[in-house]
Parts: sequence; structure tokens; C-alpha cells
Amino acid sequence: MSKCRNLIATTALATLLAAPAFAQEFGLGRAALPEEIEAWDVAVLPDGTGLPEGSGDVYDGEEAWINNCAACHGDFAEGAGAWPVIAGGEGTLTNARPVKTVGSYWPYLSTVFDYVHRSMPFGAAQILTYDETYAITAYILYSNGIVDYDFVLSNENFTEVSMPNADGFIVDDRMESEFPLFVTEACMSDCGDPVEITKRASDIAVTPPFPRLLLDGTVLEPGETLEEASLQDTATDAAPVEEAAAEPAAEPAAEEVEVASLDPAMVEAGESAFRQCRSCHQIGDGARSGVGPALNGVVGSVAGQVDGFRYSPAFAEKADEGMVWTDEALDAFLENPRDYISGNRMAFRGVRDADERAALIAYLTSHSD
Amino acid sequence: MTDQSNDAPRKAGGASRRDFLRTAGLAAGGAALGATGARANTPDPLITEVQPYASFTGEGVDATPYGMPIHYEEHVVRRNVEWLTADPISSINFTPIHALEGTITPQGCAFERHHSGAIEMSKQDYRLMINGLVDRPLVFTFADLMRLPRESMVAFCECAANSGMEWGGAQLNGAQFTHGMIHNMEYIGVPLRVLLEEAGVQPEGKWVFVEGHDASSNGRSIPMEKAMDDCLVAFYANGEALRMEHGYPVRLVVPGWEGNMWVKWLRRVGVYDQAVEAREETSKYTDLLANGKARKWTWEMDAKSVITAPSPQAPASHGAGPMVITGLAWSGRGRITRVDVSMDGGANWVEARISGDAKPMALTRFHVDHVWDGKPMMLQARAVDETGYVQPTKDQLRAVRGLNSIYHNNGIQTWYVNENGEAENVEVS
Repeated sequence: MSKCRNLIATTALATLLAAPAFAQEFGLGRAALPEEIEAWDVAVLPDGTGLPEGSGDVYDGEEAWINNCAACHGDFAEGAGAWPVIAGGEGTLTNARPVKTVGSYWPYLSTVFDYVHRSMPFGAAQILTYDETYAITAYILYSNGIVDYDFVLSNENFTEVSMPNADGFIVDDRMESEFPLFVTEACMSDCGDPVEITKRASDIAVTPPFPRLLLDGTVLEPGETLEEASLQDTATDAAPVEEAAAEPAAEPAAEEVEVASLDPAMVEAGESAFRQCRSCHQIGDGARSGVGPALNGVVGSVAGQVDGFRYSPAFAEKADEGMVWTDEALDAFLENPRDYISGNRMAFRGVRDADERAALIAYLTSHSD
Repeated sequence: MTDQSNDAPRKAGGASRRDFLRTAGLAAGGAALGATGARANTPDPLITEVQPYASFTGEGVDATPYGMPIHYEEHVVRRNVEWLTADPISSINFTPIHALEGTITPQGCAFERHHSGAIEMSKQDYRLMINGLVDRPLVFTFADLMRLPRESMVAFCECAANSGMEWGGAQLNGAQFTHGMIHNMEYIGVPLRVLLEEAGVQPEGKWVFVEGHDASSNGRSIPMEKAMDDCLVAFYANGEALRMEHGYPVRLVVPGWEGNMWVKWLRRVGVYDQAVEAREETSKYTDLLANGKARKWTWEMDAKSVITAPSPQAPASHGAGPMVITGLAWSGRGRITRVDVSMDGGANWVEARISGDAKPMALTRFHVDHVWDGKPMMLQARAVDETGYVQPTKDQLRAVRGLNSIYHNNGIQTWYVNENGEAENVEVS
């Protein structure tokens, strides 16, 4: 008993002596374990703090790029659709349309490594190994003309790479450059010549359609004018409700009967699971191809047939062979996209759970003829 | 079903409020009624006839365990501008500020910005790590956070890109789209200072790097002085748990500073001797100046205001006579001390009435009670904050920053209101 008390007293004294100024006031939280810190503290800083051991060359980087990045950022980092352009743009920062890329704008290489490793590829983040990240970073440098094709990037030489726009940034200077101008006495009357309208948003017409709200609660639908709203008759107000109620259920078409045989719970589960696909694939009414092809009608169709979508050579080959997306083929593909069609560009690690794959296939089937 | 039953009174009665107004000669438009009011020729059936809702019973207390706004308000929603971004999962939508009043933004219609989508995370799965240059790297559970001293704070969260599309000239039509990347909530949480003190920041720890649990793990560097000052590790907003899209169960509140720093699903606070210079603080949210150099660390959101109504989505369709002009003002550097409103594009100004308390680094509501002559107006608002900073025009800002800056546009906004009360986003000389 007394021994025990002594031990406590000694420990308490030691703790006090060790950190007298920063004692834990509440004692909540527990010590973070080294493995936990290693798993979460992946930040890489401009001076190389946080860089893991590893290396990768441009050659491997190109392959990793094609597999993981090219679908959004283009084969040569030139960008695709509205996704960010990664290479080029040198000398454009003073132009009317500056192109901000790793080469033209990013001041630190550490930012590339940190971001690629923690946040990319979009929709399947944190799948890249350290070596792959070094290799992709090397490829990005190469595509920006910063290094040669035989370049190998590693934690050893990382901080020796000089970024073209390293000196392109200044720390916020608004207190000096703007405050003296704007901390003033505000003019209240006759503050200048009468103004003219120089630009109108309606001339550009890029705003999505929106309803307008009137004070009495009336909502004007997009395009409806104030005059139309005030002239509207109650009879027409009431009509749509009755029509809607009277409208008989449409006769089910043959294919709808087939769709109806799907288990609705499976389709619903599949719709939920499809969230992980949505960043690249659209499905349903008005679905268009984006990063990945639109997926209406995919079940039972020949692979690689969506009009206008630029398939990888690996996929184009399967299309030529006439590969059909049967349930079995989809299941195998979704389980491991890279193994099933090697060399395809879908940056997705796959769905391990068989039930989840079945649900996804049910959902895809519900959007297929 | 609800729609029909709720609409039934108006339709079954055979006369709508609109009919009555027309009969009474109060048609929408520029009818010059003056301030003397209207006179009805026929009795209003909404008054003289017993309406179904005045006779039959309504919904019981068990009908709606958690309510949504009544369906008449279903247009008051966040809206998206598809062409702005490549994908809605890494994108932004806009608060319907044209249809809201007061200062608190309901969570359900407060703008969202996600970098890899809004994630579902339970309180039980939540962990927060404090590590780096600290004496004791710590892991907190949600329950741990709930046992630490709490503070409350009202703060606006404005995306650095709010009004960015307007930098080159009037582009989007509507206050929601020009100024809707903002919300203002009452938060409850634990000061970040308390957590840092638990871990014991070492003398060389000058910065914290905050990052999220989501797939982007969006991270930002914050100088230690700010982290120790007023940042809040928040878990309640507007009286209830954070909504999923606002970072449930825990987000960071960084009062007055750009919204990108308000990391949602806060996972880790790393203490370092330097800024991490992550992607979102170098390649994004930096201000490219005319000479090709870019400003970084432009964290404080300068004084700004906008008239929320009338505005393109909320026309002044009532015609001449009394009207209310209302809007919002805010500053990331302190309290709003004054808001001026101009009806003629900035030549003459009147001081608006600030309604309610002007809290530092929070949205402030202003009103002008105006008697409109029915002639076209060019409406502007101009905020002044406690530093004496007067919100500049876009031209004044562009003279300093050039045309490529885009982020942190706090220039004065102009709505042209025509004689019918319809409003449009314009830029003036």
C-alpha cells in the first residue's frame, strides 16, 4: 500500500518536473500511437519535412499517370474537359487568360507530392504507394519540361528540384497596398458624374434558370413575366391538379415488366453503392459521358460502345473482340477493374464485397433495356 | 396529397388572393398608388367566407417529427451552377440569400463546398489527432470533446471565390449566385486553443495544419496566433448537430477567414514550424496580380455587402410607394459599423439601419425603408467596418489587383431595377 502510494507520488513528481509549464489541464484524450501518427500525418512540407523514403522515374510515372490520372488530366497533363490542366502555361500569368499549372504557377514541389498522395486519384484517393507518387511527380515535372525523361525523383534529391514559379508569390500585402486607399471618409452625396451601365449579366446569359419570388408569395417560374403572373386565371391554376389526378397509370411496356422483376431493394442498394462511381459515370435520364462513359444500357451490351467516348486502347480491343457485359463479366470487372481489363484507364480500385457488386449490377440493369 | 389538400382552399373558394387584388385595382406593376393605400370594391372572400382551414382541423403533432419548410417555400433552396466545375462532387452551391432575412442561415440551405463529396461519419467513428511539435501527441474521441469547456460564437463562412465570377464584369443574375457562397451560423464547440494546450505546443510550433477525414483530406495551414485566438472545434450549429454537408460531427470555425480554412470532418491538427503550403493555399485561393506575382495567405475576408432584396430573383413587383430594401454586410476584420445604400449607382448615398446586433465577423442585416417613385434605380450597398475600411468599387480593386485576381472580390454590387421592379446584375461606369 505504502509502496504503491510512493510510486504514484514519484510518478506525479516526475511528470511535474518534465513539463511544468504545459501540464494537461483536463487529462482527456489518449496518447497517439506511432503507427497512428504514421498513418495520418502524411503532410509533406516545402523543406522536405515528411518526405517518405522512396523513388520513382519518369518512365514508371508515365505508366502510373495513364492508369490513374490521364482520364481527367489528359495523357500529357494537358487537362480534359473542365478538369485541371497540370502542364504548360509557362509565361501566361500576365495574360488575359492565365493558365495556372504545376509548371507555370505552383511554387513548391512538395505540394505536388502531398496532394497527389493524399487526395488523388479523385474517387479513389490514397491508393498510390510512395514510389508511385514519386514516379507520378517525376512525370508531372517531365510533362512541364522541368526534368528530362531519364530523371529519377527520390527523397534524396527532392528538394534540389527548382520550380519555375518559386519566386512568384508575395505574402498578403493588403494592409500596405489597399488599406491606405480604402480607409477613408466615405462620400455621401454628389460623388461623381451620373453613372452609365457598362455591362449586363443578361447579355452573357450564363445564369441557370431560376424562379422569382414576389412579395405576396407568388413564385414566377423561369421565363414567366410579371404580366403573365398577374393575368393568370384561377381556372388554369386548378386545372393541372385535376389532370394529374385523372391521368391513368401508363400501360407498362414489355421491358418495364422485365425491369420490375429486379429486386427493388437490390436496385436501391445499388443506387446507393453507385455513389462511388458518380464522380466519373452518369446514368439515367440525360446521362452524358464525362470522365467515364454514360452507363445507360450497359448491361447486355458489347463493351466500349458509348458514342463519343474516347476509350483506352485496352477497352477498344475488348470492343473489337465483341466482349459482352454479362452479369458475370461485370461482376469480375467491378471486383478488380485493372486485372480484368489490364491497361484500362478507370482509376478505381474495385468493389470487394460480392453483394455490393450484385446490387450495382441490379442498379445498372434497371437502367438497361 | 399534401399539396392538393393545402391548395384546396384557394381553388375551391373560386377566388384567389390574386383575383381579389386585381378586383381591388392593385394589379402588379407600376400603378402609382402612393402612400394612401388601396380601397376594395368587393369584400375579400378570404375574409367573408369561412375557409376550410378555419373550419376543419390541420395536421397533428405526430405528423412531422422533424419539419421541413412548408411547401410554398420549396423554391428557397441551394442552387448549383453546373458550368462552374467539372463535377458536382468537387463543387459548390449557393445559399438563397435573396429569400432569407435576419442573419442566421438555416443549415439546410446554407451553401456547400466539397472537394470529394460530403461524407457520412458517425460520432462513434470520429477521431481527432493533435500531433507534430507537441509534448503529447493526442487522440480525442467525440465523447472527449463533449467533456471539454465549450464556447459559442456566431460567424460567417465565406468562400474566397464568392463573387469571383463577377471580377471580370457582371455575369450571374441573382444575389444567390453573385454572393451566395456565404452562410452565418451560431456555433458551439471547444476552442482549438484548449486542445492545443492539452497536447502542449512546443516553442518552435508556429503553424497548425488542419485537415479533414474526407477523401480530399483538404488541408490548410493556420498561424499559431490565430489557432490560439478564436478558432473553434465546433459540433453544434444553429442549436443542433452539424448537418452532414457542414462537416458532421465536427468542423473547424476560423472566424473572419476564408471558408476553405474551415475544414469539415476535422481529422488532424498537426503542429509545424512552417506552413505546409498545401494545394489549396498555393495553386488555389491565391490572388494573381497584374505583374504576374500572386498574393498568398490572403486569409481575412474584407468588408463587403450586398442588397438581397430587391434583386434579380426577388423583384420589386409591388410598384411605387413604400418598400423595404434589405441586405447583408460583413467583415472578416471585426464589426460592421455602417452600411450605406445608393439608388443612383453611387452618386448619392443614405445610411441604412442596422437591424439587430452587429457582431464581429458575423453577418449583419441592414434595412432601408424607402418610398419608391417608380423610376428605375441602380441599387448599391457599401459596408464600413470598425477598422474604418470602406468597401471599395470593383474598379478600385481592379486598379490595385489587375484583372486576373478573381478570389477575394469584395467590390460593390449594382442591381439595376427597372420601372416594373425587375432587377438585373449590371456593372456601372
